[in-house]
Amino acid sequence: MGKTIAEKIFDAHRVDEPFPDTHVLKLDRVFCHEITTPIAITDLMARGMDRVFDPTKIKAVIDHVTPAKDSKTAAQGKILRDWARRHEIKDFFDIGKNGVCHAIFPEKGFVRPGYTIIMGDSHTCTHGAFGAFAAGIGTTDLEVGILKGVCAFHFPKTIKIVLTGTLKPGVYAKDLILFIIKELTVNGATNMVIEFTGPVVDAMSMESRMTLCNMAIEAGGTCGICYPDMTTVDYLWDFIQDEFATKADALADYSKWVSDVDAEYERVLEYNVSELQPMVTVGFKPDQVRTVAEVSGTKVDQIYIGSCTNGRIEDLRIAAEVLRGKKISDNVRAIVSPATPAIYSMALKEGIIEIFQDAGFCVTNPTCGACLGMSNGVLAEGEVCASTTNRNFNGRMGKGGMVHLMSPASAAAAALAGTIVNSLLFKA
Amino acid sequence: MKTFKGNVLFLDRSDINTDEIIPAKYLTEITKEALKPNLLEDLVLPGFARADTQDKAVIVTRENFGCGSSREHAPWALEVNGINVVIAESFARIFRQNMYNCGMFAIELPKETIDNLFLNYAGKEVTMAVDVDSNQIVIQADGKSETIDFKVGEFDKTLVKEGGWVGYADKNY
Repeated sequence: MGKTIAEKIFDAHRVDEPFPDTHVLKLDRVFCHEITTPIAITDLMARGMDRVFDPTKIKAVIDHVTPAKDSKTAAQGKILRDWARRHEIKDFFDIGKNGVCHAIFPEKGFVRPGYTIIMGDSHTCTHGAFGAFAAGIGTTDLEVGILKGVCAFHFPKTIKIVLTGTLKPGVYAKDLILFIIKELTVNGATNMVIEFTGPVVDAMSMESRMTLCNMAIEAGGTCGICYPDMTTVDYLWDFIQDEFATKADALADYSKWVSDVDAEYERVLEYNVSELQPMVTVGFKPDQVRTVAEVSGTKVDQIYIGSCTNGRIEDLRIAAEVLRGKKISDNVRAIVSPATPAIYSMALKEGIIEIFQDAGFCVTNPTCGACLGMSNGVLAEGEVCASTTNRNFNGRMGKGGMVHLMSPASAAAAALAGTIVNSLLFKA
Repeated sequence: MKTFKGNVLFLDRSDINTDEIIPAKYLTEITKEALKPNLLEDLVLPGFARADTQDKAVIVTRENFGCGSSREHAPWALEVNGINVVIAESFARIFRQNMYNCGMFAIELPKETIDNLFLNYAGKEVTMAVDVDSNQIVIQADGKSETIDFKVGEFDKTLVKEGGWVGYADKNY
């Protein structure tokens, strides 16, 4: 019997199996941000264990509330900053250099095929786009990761999703993952890895693959995974060219991180997505999904384009194409948050920031802020937001607010129309 | 080891998420105790009032409890309110692990058993106690007693007995 990519990664990292179905894995990366890490740090200090297993494998960023909005968030940033200095964690991204964790860490080349990664953040599943096993964990697991470089997991049962066909114009990775979550339901992949495969995924950019994997957790999944291929090598090439003579050599090496054809799966689901339409969430759960056409005309108050799901350069380019030369509706306000400083710079150079500003968008610094209702775009009671983020829980972007999740193209179109609408309406 | 005994709060809904258990705006707190007044503040459940969490030690609920965020603030918000046990049909992975990592119980029972708990005990004066050694839940109501067996992995049970994952990992790795 063959093995899945996740099983192969487990086999290569297992340091102990202390109990049945308890796999203690060695970690290649421990990512940290200022919301879930400070309590881990203060607890380790209180226990007299203020140590780190390897400062080169720990990467840290202030991203959720930045710059600090009040004394409490300033204190959280300070705890993380002081700790990074104390332990000589070189890859610490402070204000001015910081971006949304799941955008900036891949961008810096910290994620490689075959890696094991944890972070105290549920959307850590994003990094599976590179053929890594990457899982969100809580503060206690983070503490142990920081201290010992290990984490315990159950056997990685896997759902394989095969995507065939060709996406229509106006339909993107976000529409696809909303459709998949609707099919799987919010707990359909609990305790499982979701493998995204097939010609549609093969043709996708790394950005689109990250969008897919980012929302694996919304179906309960431990990690989303795509197989590494030449697209992965191209993305990473700047960081790996000292390790490999040619890209072909890199690909040959990474090809060990692909599932065997006779691997065993919990479920295999195949979808031809050629007829898929733009999708949008309608309730307070991410599996409450309809086509944009079904809810077309629904009024919105705020548009938000950004986050670890859809704040990358590809997303901003797509939104800008819809917005170019047009103005947002008088009935809405709109916010765009490029996910990293590098994305912001690229968008500036390409004239994308100008398009957003001319249309009437507020351009914020890179931050998670609005997505979880912490800063930079919190909703008032009764307000509705068209958002490119990943969670539509009740109150997520502000108490009493309603969030419709959608693609950057659909969000840009909603900004122009003031209502949910198909983005193709605004294509030149 | 923590204590696993007391009054029961019944939450008759699936998919109660971490934002409902403790909203993100409280994640700027850097002590667990500060979360105490805000447990289940945003829970959408007809008939539920925040005061219902007073003097409770156990929650009984439906499917996929604790879905969403990785925030360990969710178990902590329960813990500082004296609730060390959640009994449900199923849990989200991260929440479930966070509970055991904190030395708390996230017990899964079959749907029929959960249905019966709601049918027989919701709305009544009822206490439940988890017996760690025998893997049993002892229920007391109306002067009668019922015992239900549950399954728990060896790893999770070890974490409960040792009071969490940090001590165990420090000793063993």
